[in-house]
Amino acid sequence: MAVSVREVGRVEINETGQQTASFEIAHPVYSKLRSPLILGHKSYADVTRDICQLLDPKPGRGWWISFSVSLVLLVIGVVAAVHTVTTGIGTWGLNKTVGWAFGITNFVFWIGIGHAGTFISAILFLFNQKWRTSVNRSAEAMTLIAVMCAGLFPIIHMGRPWLFYWVLPYPNTRGTLWVNFRSPLLWDFFAISTYFTISAVFWYLGLVPDLATARDRTKSKLRQTLYRAMSLGWNGSNRTWSRYETVYTVLAALATPLVLSVHSIVSFDFATSLIPGWHSTIFPPYFVAGAVFSGFAMVMTLMILVRKLMHLEDYITAQHLENMCKVALLTGSIVGLAYVTEIFIGVYSGNPNEIFVIINRGLGPYAWAYWIMFSCNALVPQLFWFKKLRTSIPAIFTLSILINVGMWFERFVIIVTSLHRDFLPSSWAMYTPTITEVGLLVGSFGLFFTAFLIFLRLFPVISINEVKGVLGYAKH
Amino acid sequence: MPNIESAKRFTAAFFEREEDLIAGAAEARLAGFEVYDVYTPYPVHGMDRAVALPPSRLTWIALLAGALGLVFGLTLQVWTSAYDWPLNVGGKPFNSFPLFIPVTFELTVLFSGLIAIGVLFARNRMWLFSKRRVFERVTDDRFVLVLKQSDASFDIDKAQRLFSRHHAIDVVEGDQFV
Repeated sequence: MAVSVREVGRVEINETGQQTASFEIAHPVYSKLRSPLILGHKSYADVTRDICQLLDPKPGRGWWISFSVSLVLLVIGVVAAVHTVTTGIGTWGLNKTVGWAFGITNFVFWIGIGHAGTFISAILFLFNQKWRTSVNRSAEAMTLIAVMCAGLFPIIHMGRPWLFYWVLPYPNTRGTLWVNFRSPLLWDFFAISTYFTISAVFWYLGLVPDLATARDRTKSKLRQTLYRAMSLGWNGSNRTWSRYETVYTVLAALATPLVLSVHSIVSFDFATSLIPGWHSTIFPPYFVAGAVFSGFAMVMTLMILVRKLMHLEDYITAQHLENMCKVALLTGSIVGLAYVTEIFIGVYSGNPNEIFVIINRGLGPYAWAYWIMFSCNALVPQLFWFKKLRTSIPAIFTLSILINVGMWFERFVIIVTSLHRDFLPSSWAMYTPTITEVGLLVGSFGLFFTAFLIFLRLFPVISINEVKGVLGYAKH
Repeated sequence: MPNIESAKRFTAAFFEREEDLIAGAAEARLAGFEVYDVYTPYPVHGMDRAVALPPSRLTWIALLAGALGLVFGLTLQVWTSAYDWPLNVGGKPFNSFPLFIPVTFELTVLFSGLIAIGVLFARNRMWLFSKRRVFERVTDDRFVLVLKQSDASFDIDKAQRLFSRHHAIDVVEGDQFV
């Protein structure tokens, strides 16, 4: 129903003294050929009611069960983290040869998950993809939580996490000894903290009008206080909307290169080293595509659960899931292409160390991990060519979980198989995670789901104002 | 931005559809009424043109803030790495300019984003304990057009006719805006 007005005439005064003005109302982007994005012929009031009423009742049994399970996982993670910090990094399965393994695998995995949220909220916004409106709020929340989960791993790996602020370039009593700006690990710190900050303000800005809607509707005193404070006196004025949209677009334009930079910089952690299997110019685009791929898999997993459990089938429709499958198909194919390119370039380089890494990945002691990765990431998404699978919820759910598993293994394979058999055969070693490391991984999932479940209870899970804007998507 | 307190007397028309609001607001403006503001549950595209609202200058703020971040990032890195305490790291030059690009980029984005949103909140006077007036149901499903009764020449009958021609469902007059 979004229309634009073009003035075609000035005001005229006719014989009876009445003023008339003529306008041409154009409907530039909407077409009869489109199918509606939101099902069920909703009115504006229906949208407000449907989304806001999810916040009102006391959480049901399903929520409490999921919350308790997540909390237990989180506690396991806390125990593992305390054990790591009080005893030392020796509690991990790392050794002299494999000095980086589980922690950084989880770090890269979670950062990657976050990328889909920004892709949906910023890149699809710039491309005017209206279907993003139903999923962007929860996808962005997922981004924020995933980045938090990711950030914990390097901090815990520091061994003395309370000194983590030493990576900041601040005047200190050690000289002033500055940080090393030539290190990709420092770039990581800047990239991830910027990414988190910008994602957080972007998400919050999108929330403000919806918090105002929730504020004007809720009966609960506590919630009203919270929403009143957080909605910053939003009253829907057009001047405010105009500036709001300007800044929203600016943030989207900033977040787009930002999200590409974040995983590029994460890939520099590896690519700028001299380790065969890491030292590769393909890494930045390969990592970014993989990140968006894994992130979309996680968004699909979460959205399928959310739409089912919160009865949002009219808002998150089969069409939304199908679109996400298409993005996963595209990015999955890029990832598959990158795998094949890596093999080809490795062999074609003629460098014995490169060739050895390729053979060792596919046929060495970690071949099982490599083939899990290859089949889940390069082959499984190809099933999305079939419309039957793209539109079947159980199929999408299963495939998305397989992709999540595959993408976790991708990072494990890249990191561990490149390290464990290095240039000196006498120092070759195997790596097995200890129970503490597994505990940390489990704990990060606990943190992720705990925080996501709190988000579902506290904030409108779908962007109310944006959905209202696309209600007329196919009407005209 | 017109001062909220200065709108002493106003007429507010409530609409149900954005098309009515756009046409109503545009016609009111062309008919010589002073459109104080328009309130909508979601950003209505075409509204700015209908009430002749100039484009926001916040993009320029974001650009300047980004430039500030860029200069700050580069200066910080070159000064700390090449002048204040040069350290030999793997034989790389002290001023290893290409390696400073990632952090410079991140700081550009960070400055631009944070300052743009900060100025947006300041300009819109959005803050934690704001007690601004909100029209009934405007955050739900109502579109409100507010005309300022600037002087004695304000013709309420003409305004009423204009509103009803655009299917206004309710018209409210008030003394104090806030």
